[in-house]
Amino acid sequence: MNYLLQQLVNGVSLGAIYGLIAIGYTMVYGIIGMINFAHGEIYMIGAFVSLIAFLALGVAGVTYVPLALLLVLVIAMIFTAVYGWAVERIAYRPLRSSFRLAPLISAIGMSIFLQNYVQLLQGARVKALQPVVEGGITLATGDFPVRVSFLQIFILAITFVLMAGFSYVIAATPLGRAQRAVEQDATMAALLGVDVDRTISLTFVIGAVLAAVAGMMVLLYYGVIDFYIGFEAGIKAFTAAVLGGIGSLAGAMLGGLLIGLIEALWSGYASVEYKDVMVFVVLILVLIFRPSGLFGRPEVEKV
Amino acid sequence: MTAEAGVAAPHRALPKSFAWGALVKDAAIGAAVALVLAVPLVGFRVVEINGDVTLTTRFTWVGIGVVSVFVGRLALGLWRGSRPAERKRSGALVAPLSRFGRRHATGVAWAGIGFAAILQFLPFTTRGTVDLATEILTYVMLGWGLNVVVGLAGLLDLGYVAFYAVGAYSFAITATTFGLSFWEALPIAGLLSALAGILLGFPVLRLRGDYLAIVTLGFGEIIHILLQNWTSLTGGPNGIGNIPRPGLFGLVFAASAPPGETTFHQFFGLDFSPSQRIDFLYYVVLALALIVNLFTLRLRRLPIGRAWEALREDEIACRALGINPTNVKLSAFAIGAMLGGFAGAFFATRQGFISPESFTFVESATILAIVVLGGMGSQMGVVLAAMVLVLLPELRFLAEYRMLIFGAAMVLIMIWRPGGLLSHRAPTILLHGARRP
Repeated sequence: MNYLLQQLVNGVSLGAIYGLIAIGYTMVYGIIGMINFAHGEIYMIGAFVSLIAFLALGVAGVTYVPLALLLVLVIAMIFTAVYGWAVERIAYRPLRSSFRLAPLISAIGMSIFLQNYVQLLQGARVKALQPVVEGGITLATGDFPVRVSFLQIFILAITFVLMAGFSYVIAATPLGRAQRAVEQDATMAALLGVDVDRTISLTFVIGAVLAAVAGMMVLLYYGVIDFYIGFEAGIKAFTAAVLGGIGSLAGAMLGGLLIGLIEALWSGYASVEYKDVMVFVVLILVLIFRPSGLFGRPEVEKV
Repeated sequence: MTAEAGVAAPHRALPKSFAWGALVKDAAIGAAVALVLAVPLVGFRVVEINGDVTLTTRFTWVGIGVVSVFVGRLALGLWRGSRPAERKRSGALVAPLSRFGRRHATGVAWAGIGFAAILQFLPFTTRGTVDLATEILTYVMLGWGLNVVVGLAGLLDLGYVAFYAVGAYSFAITATTFGLSFWEALPIAGLLSALAGILLGFPVLRLRGDYLAIVTLGFGEIIHILLQNWTSLTGGPNGIGNIPRPGLFGLVFAASAPPGETTFHQFFGLDFSPSQRIDFLYYVVLALALIVNLFTLRLRRLPIGRAWEALREDEIACRALGINPTNVKLSAFAIGAMLGGFAGAFFATRQGFISPESFTFVESATILAIVVLGGMGSQMGVVLAAMVLVLLPELRFLAEYRMLIFGAAMVLIMIWRPGGLLSHRAPTILLHGARRP
């Protein structure tokens, strides 16, 4: 029982990270209808920027942990956002009116490029960071104590705050309105005075900001990163987005949590080697039985 | 400047209304973005010194990068401003070459085949050249296989290496456990790969094309994980060794024949030389590649091939005309998978040893890059791109940057020359009287 509880705690923290990445996929898919393959790489870049920021702060002598966390969070968000913006500007915007496969191929090219860019600049070896946030709360004692670390609480709290803020942006600000308008009908939105290019750019920026947070958290959570982490996390987060219903923000978060739980429970009870296979099986099953996901609308193709 | 001077100026001269301010501003913005992009990842490098993780800086690189972006952006703006009329070109990268190739397609093809056939006997050919040519032809075969899926049917397959792996492993396993020879196991390998393609494609191909991309990407990774962990069947990370080599109608290529068999050099009364086997493998892959090519060229003219191309252009119209999109896509996907399986079986028999190392995402990306660079749908383009992509890493200083270049090339080609090196996306069949675009 305690073991199950512990796995649930781990699964939810992991799921929060996947959820944050999944939002980037689902928003971009909703607004321009393409899978942004480079999104996993944006998350990886977020993790690297966070690592570099932590080390730089260490050199600069910032030792007060909450301040360091806040600074790193802001730095990672800013720099990663620029990467997200640049990727859209360089690789996707020129292809808006191109044939169907073009943006997808461009996206996969961008993903390969960014992966190798980071590998060449930072080296292929795994990078480690000393634990920054230590300690935790013991929920249940016994022969198998259940622990919630402060880090896990931090991850959930940040995710919650971001989700709340983000839902507000989508629901109640001019930017959110513009986004929903472009998502429904880009041409009509443009005719009514919405700056479509700017809205799409901002969508990528928001996605990148959330991915940067996810990258920072994964760095803190596992303590090790390398240039390849974006690939796997990208597939999982995309699965989460599909599971939740592509285009739906709440769905992406819920899908992320479910994928996190599935992964934690599968590695806790079945086998660690095949945990990634399991996630993939979920993706296939969802596509067979419920392609519109939990919250998604069935896709209607118009001529 | 007077009007006469304006007329006399070379045609490349800038128009009078040329906005220098906007140009410089644009370049400055580009440089500023480059600065922000470069500072964290280029400016700092995470290093480990005596187990201590710390940072080193290299801000000179950042400076060089920012200045080159500024200059490059400025130059691009000037170039664009000076030739406004020619902006709307969508031809091939090597336009004259492409035009020549299209006009004399058959001639070029036969010349290429002829050259490939006599490559062994050319004076400058060494063992290394033959090895390299064999590798190129393996990639050509893979490229042609993927071309059916991506180029003809317009489906993006990002895990093509999975079918390559299925082919290689099913050949290796059937050959080592049941003692089948290469020629007996080859069809089995192709069949199993096609089966894998159908099993994977069936649930996904009913949906929008984009899902296929991510599912195949995941599938490539899953196959890799399975190969690594299913030790009892695949040998895990150690792979499978002692894979039999192909023979020529029962003649084996070895220094001495196993009991009851004859070697190639004994039968023909030649002296034994290890290069005989390498030369033979070269001809095997040449023959296989040509068969694949002939097969696809014929398929393109059959109703099914026309349906692929029609589906690529407009799915809704196809559905209205009574084509079942799922079945048509599935057939393309399965045939592509089968061709990948053949290539995999050849790879296994050539190496004599296979392990999961050879079947990673990098391989899928390389094959896709071959198809994209060559121009999706173009058979000749694939050959050219395969040569470029295999020979490029042979230049030592470029080997490290291989994937970086492939990735950037895929983006740039999509933006500037969606047709690829040799542009050919024209449908194979047109209505009477319709002109080729």
